[in-house]
Amino acid sequence: MTASAPDGSSALLVRGLRKRYDDVVAVDGLDLDVRPGECFGLLGPNGAGKTTTIEICEGLTEPDAGEVIVLGRTWAESGRDLRERLGIQLQETQLAEKLTVLETLRLFRSFYARGRAVDDVIALVRLEEKRRARVSALSGGQKQRLALGCALVGDPDLVFLDEPTTGLDPQARRQVWDLVEQLKATGRTIVLTTHYMEEAERLCDRVAIVDHGRVMALDTPRRLVAGLGADQIVFFSVAEDAVPRITADALAAIAGAAGATQPARATDGGWELPVTATHEAIPALLAELERRALPLAELRTHLPTLEDVFVSLTGRALRDA
Amino acid sequence: MRPAIIELTLVRLREFVREPEAMFWVFGFPLLLALGLGIAFRNRAPESIRIGVLQPAPAALAASLDSSAGLAVERLADDSAGARALRNADVALVVAAANGEVEYRFDPSRPDARAARQLADDAIQRGAGRRDPLAIRETTISERGSRYIDFFIPGLLGLNLMGSGIWSIGFAVVTARKQKLLKRLVATPMSRTQYLMSFLLSRLFFLVLEVGALLGFGVLVFDVPLRGSLWTLAAVCLVAALTFSALGLLVSSRARTVEAVSGLANLVMLPMWIFSGVFFSAANFPQAVQPFVQALPLTATVDALRAVMLRGAPLASVTGELALLLAWLVVPFVVALRVFRWR
Ligand SMILES: Nc1ncnc2c1ncn2[C@@H]1O[C@H](COP(=O)(O)OP(=O)(O)OP(=O)(O)O)[C@@H](O)[C@H]1O
Ligand SMILES: [Mg+2]
Repeated sequence: MTASAPDGSSALLVRGLRKRYDDVVAVDGLDLDVRPGECFGLLGPNGAGKTTTIEICEGLTEPDAGEVIVLGRTWAESGRDLRERLGIQLQETQLAEKLTVLETLRLFRSFYARGRAVDDVIALVRLEEKRRARVSALSGGQKQRLALGCALVGDPDLVFLDEPTTGLDPQARRQVWDLVEQLKATGRTIVLTTHYMEEAERLCDRVAIVDHGRVMALDTPRRLVAGLGADQIVFFSVAEDAVPRITADALAAIAGAAGATQPARATDGGWELPVTATHEAIPALLAELERRALPLAELRTHLPTLEDVFVSLTGRALRDA
Repeated sequence: MRPAIIELTLVRLREFVREPEAMFWVFGFPLLLALGLGIAFRNRAPESIRIGVLQPAPAALAASLDSSAGLAVERLADDSAGARALRNADVALVVAAANGEVEYRFDPSRPDARAARQLADDAIQRGAGRRDPLAIRETTISERGSRYIDFFIPGLLGLNLMGSGIWSIGFAVVTARKQKLLKRLVATPMSRTQYLMSFLLSRLFFLVLEVGALLGFGVLVFDVPLRGSLWTLAAVCLVAALTFSALGLLVSSRARTVEAVSGLANLVMLPMWIFSGVFFSAANFPQAVQPFVQALPLTATVDALRAVMLRGAPLASVTGELALLLAWLVVPFVVALRVFRWR
């Protein structure tokens, strides 16, 4: 069942992809190389070009330039065969409200020459109790699992999931994650997009960080984070009346004193500093604040995440980019 | 596992029967319309035409008018009352008599006014002593097939085939497009032709119900004749339903919103409402527009239905209409398939 291209190297190969809409460049020279059996993530803020990229790979959108090779073939030559082997979940599809879960899956199953039994898929996405419920009566999480079921009913080698958990509550999100992990365990290749860094960290073997239609970095989540060269991220804020005194120069001096690996960045009414030796950095930071008579209001630290990687690459936070 | 075309068609049927409003517009509304119009025009007893007589008028003249079977006579006080009654169409004719002369005031473009003038003149002249030189005899008929309801039921049938084909498909397609369901479907190996075909096939199922209901109603309640063979009638209905479904697909092939598809559907249907002879004979339109009128698919449908139902025409004599409908079926379907917006 393991997907592999004839040459055994890439499940999905993208070279120099470009797409513009009127005055917006949605994808701006993007390269990807997804290996068979891996779960690959496109992580980026709203408007980064994730959907445009994935829909070009899915053969739904024509690129202006660039090359896309899916499972070793091109859309132009073997579109019809590729459709049989892909499982697709689009970002904003609403399934027919008046059909039941069972009817919806039967419909999608009927399009594929080969595939899984509808009952198996219902069990896989844990909708046994909702078999005969109308789509309109499903919760957001259940709808999303049904959409995943529709993507899996053709027993695909390569699965594209565009923001599979956006808008879901934490519990529903975890259910979707479990499903994706199960899918990974069966050796399917998965390409997913997300703007949740926890999701990318938890599910993806490799992640491409995308912004403005370009890949800013591409590696395993662990190596991307390690690339920051920081052991901890220190967050500090000062009393409100002292804020105006934190000038660019002052900030640079504070970052220097703490031995930050990157310049400080304003966030949430305070500043973040990526540091290496936390036990030395924090006393040094406090001493520098003291010296400048800046009263500390809050001090926290956290382990660096993909979020911090994104910040260091773009100077913006994922969630407010 | 059922083939995709069957599953797709089943989806159409399920979506339809699970939508009570749609059921009303397709079944309930035409029946109500037929009932209303049928009652309005049932056994039209020769109705009297209302006319007015200006006062004062010679008693003998008023008496002659009163005794005329076709007229209902009203006394009007003066000139201004007469003018008002005419303007409001309360009366078709005003009779003014003075100094031994009779004056008829009426609008000659109104057929009932011309008839009223004739009837009033006859009554007055005979009352004044006119003798007709020839003896006459009247034979009145009221034959099934010549009543308005007989004319109207086939028209309504055609109208319904057009309306439900275009509306039901237009809404279903645009809704699916708006929800990005179309885009999701073309991301599967689904055949696009089969998707569009499923709309045509589902119409066939409803066709049996729609035509059955309306026809059964006309025959049972109003005794509308059904002189041709049921098979010929079925063939005409089938081709017409497919034709209007193809038009529905074409109308909805690019629209992204319900408003857009509604506008387009109205644009396509309005000329047919007016010109295709549903409510009155299309022969009333001037010769110059007849080529246009005759080229409309609803005209062909209604003509063929009337020929089969009222005159018992065999299939062979409606082949012209059927050929025109087939052209309206194939061309829009092929164009729809080519220009269809799937996302
Ligand atoms: N059909 C379109 N017409 C015009 N502009 C578009 C179209 N689709 C996308 N864009 C633009 O292209 C850019 C990339 O959009 P895209 O949907 O690929 O982003 P995304 O990364 O998927 O964002 P999100 O996280 O919000 O889903 C955006 O600026 C968007 O406004
Ligand atoms: Mg997107």
